[in-house]
Amino acid sequence: MNRIGVFLCWCGSNIAGTVDVHRVIEEVRKLPEVAHAENYMYMCSDPGQDLVKAAIRDKNLTNLVVASCSPRMHENTFRKAAASVGLNPYLVEIANVREQCSWVHQQQKDVATRKAYNIIKATIEKVKRNAALEAIRVPVTKRALVVGAGIAGITAALDLADAGFETVVVEREAEIGGKLRRISRTFPYHEPADAILAPRAEALRDHPNVTLYTSSEVTAVGGYVGNFDVEVATDPGDGGPPETRTEKVGAIVVSTGYDLYPVENLGEYGGGRLPDVIDGLAFEGLLADSFRNGEPVRRPSDGRPVRDVVFIQCSGSRDPENHKPYCSRICCLYTNKQARLLRDRNPGCRAWVSFMDVRTDCKNTEEYCQQNIEERGIVYVRGRVSRVWQEGDRLRLWTADTLTGEKIELDADLVVLATAVVPAAGYAEVSSLLRAGVDANGFFQESHIKLRPVESSTRGVYLAGAGQYPKDITDTVAQAQATASKIQSLFANEELAQDPLVCRVDPDLCSACGICVPICPYGAREVDALAGFSRVNEALCEGCGACVAACPNKACQLKNDSMVQVVGEIEVFAAEEGEEDYTCAC
Amino acid sequence: MNYTYFPGCTLYTKGKSFDDAGKAAGERLGFSLEELPSWTCCGATFPLAEDYDMALASPTRVLAHSRQRGDKLVTLCAVCHNVLKRTNHVMKTNDERRAKVTEFIEEPYDAGLEVLHYLEVLRDEIGFEAVAGKVQKNLSGLRVAPFYGCLLLRPKAEMAMDDPDAPSIFEDLLAALGAEPVDYPMKAECCGAFQVVHSDAMATRCSREIIASARGRGAELLVTACPLCQFNLEDRQAEMARGEQGFKGLPVLYFTELLDVALGGDPDRIDPDKHHTDPRPVLQARGL
Repeated sequence: MNRIGVFLCWCGSNIAGTVDVHRVIEEVRKLPEVAHAENYMYMCSDPGQDLVKAAIRDKNLTNLVVASCSPRMHENTFRKAAASVGLNPYLVEIANVREQCSWVHQQQKDVATRKAYNIIKATIEKVKRNAALEAIRVPVTKRALVVGAGIAGITAALDLADAGFETVVVEREAEIGGKLRRISRTFPYHEPADAILAPRAEALRDHPNVTLYTSSEVTAVGGYVGNFDVEVATDPGDGGPPETRTEKVGAIVVSTGYDLYPVENLGEYGGGRLPDVIDGLAFEGLLADSFRNGEPVRRPSDGRPVRDVVFIQCSGSRDPENHKPYCSRICCLYTNKQARLLRDRNPGCRAWVSFMDVRTDCKNTEEYCQQNIEERGIVYVRGRVSRVWQEGDRLRLWTADTLTGEKIELDADLVVLATAVVPAAGYAEVSSLLRAGVDANGFFQESHIKLRPVESSTRGVYLAGAGQYPKDITDTVAQAQATASKIQSLFANEELAQDPLVCRVDPDLCSACGICVPICPYGAREVDALAGFSRVNEALCEGCGACVAACPNKACQLKNDSMVQVVGEIEVFAAEEGEEDYTCAC
Repeated sequence: MNYTYFPGCTLYTKGKSFDDAGKAAGERLGFSLEELPSWTCCGATFPLAEDYDMALASPTRVLAHSRQRGDKLVTLCAVCHNVLKRTNHVMKTNDERRAKVTEFIEEPYDAGLEVLHYLEVLRDEIGFEAVAGKVQKNLSGLRVAPFYGCLLLRPKAEMAMDDPDAPSIFEDLLAALGAEPVDYPMKAECCGAFQVVHSDAMATRCSREIIASARGRGAELLVTACPLCQFNLEDRQAEMARGEQGFKGLPVLYFTELLDVALGGDPDRIDPDKHHTDPRPVLQARGL
């Protein structure tokens, strides 16, 4: 015999203003197996929770129904309250009488009152059959894998290795360092990029806790948080077949970085057709050559030192109709730096920057940028260049100064396009291997933009660097260090607790047809040919119910959401409601 | 081979030679342009407001009538082509707007029509190689600047004809005729368009850029695919000559006129009185 407790929340006037909470409780008290029922103004408040706890203790309640707002709001609150006085938290159910009742029937108080009663009655029917479940516990392998060894991957790997965790680093290229290897000097202090990168790269190569695979890619990923099996394929470099090996790790960092949007896509600027129209990284190469040789910056077509250079910002960024809708974030500052360094390297040369706005959102960069404009003679022209073409051995541009309204024609030796930052090639394969979602632009999606910025949509898979969104070196390193810290918190546990509301299979009903395997979005289903039925990997299962719907034998059931429970709820609700029609007010 | 053909208003009047030569050249290439009976205005401009459905009524009516005769509609005027092709794109991709407009005009239209420009017929249906095979008077050595203007290729995705930033369809045709296409940066710029009505100075400025650029790259002749481009580029030359000592004009022809001559048409059909700069000396110099 159950001893069920029912707690109806007023939610101030949100529920009580529409539902007659006293009448509902009066009626609920008459139901069989209900040992206690009461209402209160704010059940989620501390005094409200105390009422719940006291009733569990004093009346020996065995199951609870809290009739309140959506379970997304306070299910956890009441489960924790129950657990604190010794009641299994999975014996607590929420009856949603706010979003699904009082808010949508504000003009129909009688109807809302009856519906609230019926929702509670149906939920009682469900909670009677709830099982007392225990959290699933899985062990943690305290080793990490880092995919991509740019400055983000190197930083995260070094932090983890320094903390004493073995770290496997997989890099597609033969050399580590990523895009930073192609940059000459950094803003705002003109520190050579190599001075930043080289010591970190060396530390990574020499670290006893780091296993580094270059010319390598991740080719398969199995398992789940704390227990991943990752297949790494290494190109032996002699044309032979790749060598593969499997690494066991507990956490994975995706630091696959960025590419630049191809200049070929900017036909109006002659990208890909005119040799002296190049992107920002190509210009970094020209600057690096200049520093190395002690010579002026020379243009690609004929090697002549440049006198007039136009930098075009937002080339492909902030252009939702034709190119990318987002701001690429790093271009304003690197363009300003490039123009400044150019003026230093080629005295007497002219540098124009075509811009929409100048965005300087990093420390000391507004001052840096302003100083370059005011004291270093860089000419900023607000407007968008309409086209670039070859005129003799120089380039000609049309643009406009939208602050004065003038149309401008310029001749230049070199045009540098600050093209949009896009996710590095291969992001889609990495995304599907790791089940780490990407956004509409292909950037890896964080779990929550404010509160969980370094976690991907899959537990145990973390993000660092520009593969998540365009970032400068400062932000990339900060995020990589945050990611490493987050993984260290994970590795501080010997085992992980997971929600037990997952699918289970009745082996007697299962015919091992395998329909559930491709249906499962989490890769949690696998047919055990030997045993003759389909198993559930409880650590991977998210309890979505896709296999339950797909199973022709009804062999899959969600724990505490079984067929009997759901049908029972519907039967109770339908029997009470009869033919009454509820018009949704929303 | 017969094609349903939409001439549009200007090809009945100022652009008659564009139309005549296009039909004549078609016959020489083995296809006939059969005028859509009782055609109405193409709409003249494509509405950019996404809810301005009224402006789609006229072009949709043209499309619906053409559909009754087959699955292809050929145009010559770049403006008509732009409006009809873009309207057709709306009909193909937006069922809601299609239902609204066809209900309003009380004509069914299943969006099953393909709108083709004459240049596309030559490239995709006849083939430039076949055109080259029919050339009777080779234009060898004639340096011709093709002028695309603004509407023929844009917007790229909807017109789906060629890359507006680096087009080649016109050049390939000229090369098939034996001429030497002139590559110049202004080939797809604005001629000044309707601005000539209230600011002829602006139209002159725009047209001058184009003429000077083509001339600067050695063009002897310029060809167009649009009556409005033809008008501005020709007519504005008088103004350019007034403003600039030693101005050297550039003859401007509709591309169909040059095509017809190359295929054996009579060059005397080109009326010198209708051109600011007489094109005949240039053609005569090449033995045409």
